[in-house]
Amino acid sequence: MALTAKTLDETEYFYGHKACAGCGGSLAVRIALKVLGENAIAVLPAGCMSAVGFNFPQLCFGNNAIISTFAGTASMLTGVQAGLKAQGITDFHAVGFAGDGGTADIGLQALSGAIDRNDDILYICYDNEAYMNTGIQKSSLTPFGAKTTTTPAGKNIHGNLRQKKNMFEIAAAHDIPYAATASVGYLNDFIRKVEKAKSIKGTKYIHILAPCPTGWGVKTDETVEIAKEVVDCGLWYLAEYENGSFTLNHEPKEFSDVSEYLRKQSRFRHLTDEDIEIIKQSRDKKWEYIHKNFK
Amino acid sequence: MARQFLSGNEAFAYGVRLARPQVISAYPITPQTIVVEKLSEFVEDGSLKSEFIHVESEHSALSCAMGASSVGARAFTATSSQGLLYMAECLPYAAGGRFPIVMMNANRSTALPWNIYGDQRDSLSQLDSGWIQAYAENAQEALDLALMSFYIAEHKQVSTPFMANLDGFVLTHTYEVVDVPTAEQADEFLPTFETENKMSLTKPKNLGFSAGPDTNTFFKYKEHTGLLNVKKAVTEAESRFESIFGRHYSGLTENYRTDDADYILITLGSISGLVREIVDKLREQGEKAGLLRIRYMRPFPNEEIAKAVKNAKAVGVLEKDISFGNEGTVYTNVNSALQKASISIPTSDYIGGLGGRNISPGEIENIFEELKQEKSAVKFLGIEVR
Repeated sequence: MALTAKTLDETEYFYGHKACAGCGGSLAVRIALKVLGENAIAVLPAGCMSAVGFNFPQLCFGNNAIISTFAGTASMLTGVQAGLKAQGITDFHAVGFAGDGGTADIGLQALSGAIDRNDDILYICYDNEAYMNTGIQKSSLTPFGAKTTTTPAGKNIHGNLRQKKNMFEIAAAHDIPYAATASVGYLNDFIRKVEKAKSIKGTKYIHILAPCPTGWGVKTDETVEIAKEVVDCGLWYLAEYENGSFTLNHEPKEFSDVSEYLRKQSRFRHLTDEDIEIIKQSRDKKWEYIHKNFK
Repeated sequence: MARQFLSGNEAFAYGVRLARPQVISAYPITPQTIVVEKLSEFVEDGSLKSEFIHVESEHSALSCAMGASSVGARAFTATSSQGLLYMAECLPYAAGGRFPIVMMNANRSTALPWNIYGDQRDSLSQLDSGWIQAYAENAQEALDLALMSFYIAEHKQVSTPFMANLDGFVLTHTYEVVDVPTAEQADEFLPTFETENKMSLTKPKNLGFSAGPDTNTFFKYKEHTGLLNVKKAVTEAESRFESIFGRHYSGLTENYRTDDADYILITLGSISGLVREIVDKLREQGEKAGLLRIRYMRPFPNEEIAKAVKNAKAVGVLEKDISFGNEGTVYTNVNSALQKASISIPTSDYIGGLGGRNISPGEIENIFEELKQEKSAVKFLGIEVR
């Protein structure tokens, strides 16, 4: 029987932390650790999850866990797995949880190094689309048009001018053994992917979209719903990369309304119809690419 | 024991092999490269069983070593100059985490201007990072220090990372005859690495956490205490070392003809060999010259220095370093040691060897000559300041 949100381990490994209400990132960490079990060794860089979970003496991980430097998630993971391997220990899962900034910006070099060496680690990027821990600044995974504190929306500039960096395909371009995208709105899909990654040797990369109600400007009970909607409207997709090819896991029959998804978030509320048209066009272009290149 | 003709870098690599680190992560940089090349050869030929990680930067080199140390593995890395500065974020991190990693640093000038030759500004700029800092004089000491560094760093009351410094080129690339101990001897000297400060599957831990204003000072004080305990650990390591290998080392400092010396020159690293020769020459001429070589900059040998110079008429510091806008860092530290011991004698700072500039025997003789004037001053060798 496939593991699902209903059949998951009842044990909590990430518990008693002080994440904001409705935090998508903490949900991803909590679920992933339930799948990986007590022998997971978690490495988390400076960022939201380390800020909320490691405040001495209130330490919130039931399994082994350590904060790495901001840029050093992947390199510390490498050290953890090499150190255990050198001692003849094999029954463990070295897992990293880093945000979008910690992954696609400052941590990209170390991550690329780890994938290049094919170190036996699982790297999970919880993408909340900005530097949320420092108070909502733009990262390279902030989507086009989003208002952050460093991409203010005014008369002259309508928020962030750049598209999201494509981390999933950047990871895949290393010919990594396994890479996948996920969303906290589709938990069973995420659970299946973590479980699959658990059994694969070498470097695994899972990129999970994890809404941040504080930074996105949605209600704290809307996290899962908005994380579903971003997939349903086609601005995010669920896919895997394995054995050199891409697979699409979920094909929306027809896209739900993009403007509806955008307008319910305060970070997008300033967007004009023209801005939304640009977003739709780039979505369509992406899906054209997906249909051509993904199974 | 076998006598071999080795460079400082090679000698250090032989010492590291004897210590059997379980994880080695390193990134190449001149003039450190030969250490990691040699170690990768040892791994290839099977004489060293170690996970050798080809990291993509120095930041990752130390981050990876911390990961290995955090699960209880003995870890080694090596760097130099720009590389040391690039990994600088990880230095206080490793010290604060109490990870007893050993790192060799090939002392090299720092840009700008670019320069690959030796001075000690790289390591001295990181003096406050919480690492033990030792400076070798020759290839034999480099090898012996490599082996002893693990013992000292991993000592239960120390648990602090260790930076072993070798002067770039002058020491790293100079060949000398070196006694290489056998693996059996080394194993007798160095116990396997055991620590409670690790993540383990049987006893899970959360490490590398945050500590707010209420508890932070406590952790920092413990870190300081760990470094102060190095003095005892060095004594222990050196006496154990002597009983097995027959070579004697003298703790945080080495005094050469200081007992009755009127004028003492304080040095760091490989320049000490030349100063020792000049001291002998001056002694033959009836001058009461002496040399005090600082072997450990952290913990700083305050008492040792005060004791050695208390009867001198003046002290000079010869260092390959400048803390811009003030004076040489070694000089600042020496003056502090003397002040705390209520020793009031003239002290002068001689800043030389920057970017690998040669320090000549004549310049050293001249320093001793100037010390006789018994005036304090800060001077740059090779620059006439009018």
